Amino acid sequence: MSVLVIFEQREGKWNRMSFEALAACQKIASALGVPSVAVVLGSGIEALAMEAATYDVEKVVAIDHELLKQYTPEAYTAALEQLIKQQNPQAVVFPHTYEVRDYAPKLATRFGKPFVSDVVDVKVDGNLAFVRQLFQGKLSADVRADAEPRFISVQAGAFRAAQPGSGEKLIEKFDVQLDSSQIRSKPQEPFREAQRSVDLTAADIIVSVGRGIKEKDNLGIVEELAAALGAELAASRPICDNGWLPMERQVGSSGQTVAPKVYFAVGISGAIQHLVGMKGSKTVVAINKDETAPIFETADYGIVGDLFEVVPALVEEIKKVKA
Amino acid sequence: MKIIVSVKQVPARDSAFKVDEEGKWLEESDLTYEMNEPDAYALEEALQLREKLGGEVVVLCAGPQRAVQTIREALAKGADRAIHVQLDEQDRFDALGTARILAAAIKSEAADLVLTGLQSDDLGYGQTGVVMAELLGFSHATIVMEVEPKNGSVLVKRELENGWFQNVELPLPAVLTIQSGIKKLRYATLMGIKKAKTKEVKTTAASQLSASSGTPGTIIERVYLPQRNKQTQLLEGDARKVAHDLIEKLKFEARVI
Repeated sequence: MSVLVIFEQREGKWNRMSFEALAACQKIASALGVPSVAVVLGSGIEALAMEAATYDVEKVVAIDHELLKQYTPEAYTAALEQLIKQQNPQAVVFPHTYEVRDYAPKLATRFGKPFVSDVVDVKVDGNLAFVRQLFQGKLSADVRADAEPRFISVQAGAFRAAQPGSGEKLIEKFDVQLDSSQIRSKPQEPFREAQRSVDLTAADIIVSVGRGIKEKDNLGIVEELAAALGAELAASRPICDNGWLPMERQVGSSGQTVAPKVYFAVGISGAIQHLVGMKGSKTVVAINKDETAPIFETADYGIVGDLFEVVPALVEEIKKVKA
Repeated sequence: MKIIVSVKQVPARDSAFKVDEEGKWLEESDLTYEMNEPDAYALEEALQLREKLGGEVVVLCAGPQRAVQTIREALAKGADRAIHVQLDEQDRFDALGTARILAAAIKSEAADLVLTGLQSDDLGYGQTGVVMAELLGFSHATIVMEVEPKNGSVLVKRELENGWFQNVELPLPAVLTIQSGIKKLRYATLMGIKKAKTKEVKTTAASQLSASSGTPGTIIERVYLPQRNKQTQLLEGDARKVAHDLIEKLKFEARVI
């Protein structure tokens, strides 16, 4: 009996969201009165397993196999299926990464269980319940999934990452049976399209624009705001998908993660994928005509109004102050 | 090439989202509905593949009677026929429940590809496609940006995090979840809308698909407005006043400009 947390690594480097998932795992494990167990998969992962063993877990299980060197959904699912059958945990916790989105639903389905994905909080008073966002963050829901093992993934930034503890824990090697004939997908080497020339992570002030701008021709007013503030211009995904601004100016899970002193979200509703890229900002200003837009939950200062009126007024005001 | 596109009807993005009296779901009477946007991109990809390679595009949709509107929209854009798995108004399925129904409905179709959006705008589980693949025994890839069918296989470009991509080759049949925004969506033409009325829509009640029986895996205990993480100061007044107040606050309160 235990709660497993699946750590994610690529080429020997951790995905830091693993330690946020560990924090969620510890919370669930302590509510259930069982230990936390960390799982590391890959090929040649001795050093990673030793590092994992410095965290506050009962033990680390290392699944080391040549066929886990490069990620495939088939091999990862098969390996974890075998481990879960042996360990019989009450819950399995994942970081909600792109990789997890690719295989965890398949794994949970093998057990005929739902996969409660993208969880932002865990409630442990009374029934164990998982908080999820619905309708692009407009509403929240407490979701129960009582059949064991429960499968849960944790949204980036929802839990404060667990810190390494003292003392080295036991590392257990799990003898996995994998066969190359099980692996149907043939992945090639990951690549990047172009070198990034814009580094949004270094900006003190960012003016970011979303769907609310309506047309490419309207971008001028946010460009003016950025210029007046000496800010970098950024955008949410739809703007870059439309080609209105280059992809390298995109903030969010598929773009850059930023933490400026001030982040102006202009006409951005605040979909989860965008929020994970900017919620580390010191001060967030949101300008949106929809008062229920989720961006207002993250904002320090909110203006419910027409950006086409508010933004030019802001430009005027800044010029006045700077003059 | 036979392509099935799984689409969902969801509340429109600009709907008024209010919690119902019991606090278990949202007030549906105020909602308008539309095709889940990521699914619209999956449909576009399917139509473009058919234009290149020939074959058939079949729309698959599970939903109550109102979902027929979304099915007609897909047919008007160019899908050849549709399968409507009819749900009762009060049916609430999680991703596993929905995928079981959808997989059962297309088991006998012998599709080469099943395309769907990478997530839904309502529940946002982001996994129905992958679960369908597992239930059907198909290969799969998620967050797909480009699709290039080959002889008996398909080469896809997947999006990874932080600006990374990866090409993956998969044997057919395969389920692909399509990333939004890559291709431009087409509009239905008048001719398309006219033609859609004559296209076949096969309706099956979810209760007839054995897969739909069984207890739900998840229970939504409570639905509520999100709690604010931060104390948000809402500034009020006309544009000039809020602009003035905001700059004051950024300068003297937050001291960030």
